[in-house]
Amino acid sequence: MNQTSTIPDFVSRKSFIEVDGRKRAQSLFDEGTWKELVGPFDRMESPWLPLQGVAPQFDDGCIVIKGKIGGMAAVAIALEGAFQGGSIGEVSGAKMAAALDLATKDSVAGKRTAAILLLETGGVRLQEANLGLAAVAEVISSVLALRPHAPVITLIAGTVGCFGGMSLAAGVSSYVVMTREARLGLNGPEVIEQESGIDEFDSSDRALIWAIHGGEQRVGMGLADALVEDDAEKIKATIREYVQADLLPEYRSQQVELYRDRITALDTSAQIDPISLRREWNNTTTGGLR
Amino acid sequence: MSEHIGLRGRVWFEALTGNNQPVSGDPGTVLASNSQIGDEIALFLCVVPNPSSRFPCVRDGQVGLEEAFTLAHHLRRVIAEDREKPRAQKRTVIAIVDVKSQAYGRREETAGIFFAAAASSDAYASARMAGHPVISLVAGQAFSGGFLTHGYQANRILSFDDSGIVIHAMHKEAAARITRRSVDELEELGHQIAPMSYDVHDYARLGLLYKLLHVDDPQNPTAADVEAIKHELIGAIQDARRGATDLSNRLQSDAAKQTRKAGIAVRAALEAQWQNA
Repeated sequence: MNQTSTIPDFVSRKSFIEVDGRKRAQSLFDEGTWKELVGPFDRMESPWLPLQGVAPQFDDGCIVIKGKIGGMAAVAIALEGAFQGGSIGEVSGAKMAAALDLATKDSVAGKRTAAILLLETGGVRLQEANLGLAAVAEVISSVLALRPHAPVITLIAGTVGCFGGMSLAAGVSSYVVMTREARLGLNGPEVIEQESGIDEFDSSDRALIWAIHGGEQRVGMGLADALVEDDAEKIKATIREYVQADLLPEYRSQQVELYRDRITALDTSAQIDPISLRREWNNTTTGGLR
Repeated sequence: MSEHIGLRGRVWFEALTGNNQPVSGDPGTVLASNSQIGDEIALFLCVVPNPSSRFPCVRDGQVGLEEAFTLAHHLRRVIAEDREKPRAQKRTVIAIVDVKSQAYGRREETAGIFFAAAASSDAYASARMAGHPVISLVAGQAFSGGFLTHGYQANRILSFDDSGIVIHAMHKEAAARITRRSVDELEELGHQIAPMSYDVHDYARLGLLYKLLHVDDPQNPTAADVEAIKHELIGAIQDARRGATDLSNRLQSDAAKQTRKAGIAVRAALEAQWQNA
């Protein structure tokens, strides 16, 4: 009698979501090839949080790991959702932009270096407000500088999700990979309810939130490329495939006319049904894995 | 909040271009014009309020789906038209910024406003990286996702210097609520902690601005005001043509070296460790 046949797969699989940002980033690399850069022992922390009575963290909630994925050079940059909601501050933002810029420099010099952004973030850290917003603008610029030379892959695993300014960094990435437990949007439900009222968005309506922001919907409507299970091995394999992918002449955020026409065609007299939208937009406009 | 959001944007768009109507086929919220500045033609772009927009959550001057893709459309066209031209002949883009925020709406989230904003940022940054001088003139408010979508990818940012200017990640009421402070406490804190401030003079201390400009009454500019601002814009265009096409200048000013020293230090540390990894 084969014992394992009665045990479902999810019992034996290794969860990705249940580990922290550092372990997630490490798990993407070929064994023994990775090294963390400007880690906690370098003690580069936010100068702004202590001034406001908030404890800083030695890595400022941003983990940079360089190594090889499928034998190719890559850098993973993870935002730790458990520190200040994964928010972007001056230091964490500069780390991310600098890692992207260094990957660009190597790629232009002939050593193609892909970047993986592990985004679990609510957006700009309000205690560093304008420096956080400036950092987001710089990260977007740095993603776009790398994209013609090497793949930039955003991985949103959950459960914080990717919101605020960093959702634009996801939007300009070469590829976006999500789990069913991940969410992606500019404004979170609470923010919309606060700004526009409960009739616009009831933030206690969990089903509505997942129907709009959830990974299944974002992949289904073509704004993300791959839906993966919460399984460290499967996520690793998917990321490896994108790291090794050929560069494309055009990425999604350059397809302005296609999406402008789609927005023009929307009926805005009532709220938009997510399932209908998925059906209308569901064509293969980008080179996703599905 | 000021009830004049977007008015200054419209006033300055009209003053600088002589136009005040949207291009045929565009939504009423975007003004675009190829107009003379100095001895060249530049593409001017501005987002304005439209109380009858078919998207309810952009009616007060927010930046939504149509706005983002329309900006991107005009930018992509300029990039395509000038693709073969040398850098010195790439058309200048001037973003006149007076935007309340991104649109906070369910329609917008459902249809992927994050992606629309990304497409517009992409188009602005792509224009800059292709060698087009991209200049932002902050004439009123520049908030959060609105600014990321329209103007923050410029290689030179200029701003008026009066109390009607607000450049920030979140408006005061929401920031106060989320950081659990009163609005008064938040204003007080802003004077001690520059990145928190709602005052444009504190914003200037971050080293992100190319220049602060003064106009006595920005809502009612005189002909002399308009000429003076044109002169400043021409100076910024010339400076942008000479400079790098990335955003490195935002780290190089004396103000940036002081206020952004933690970010500059982390960049240096990462570069030092990168080679040996």
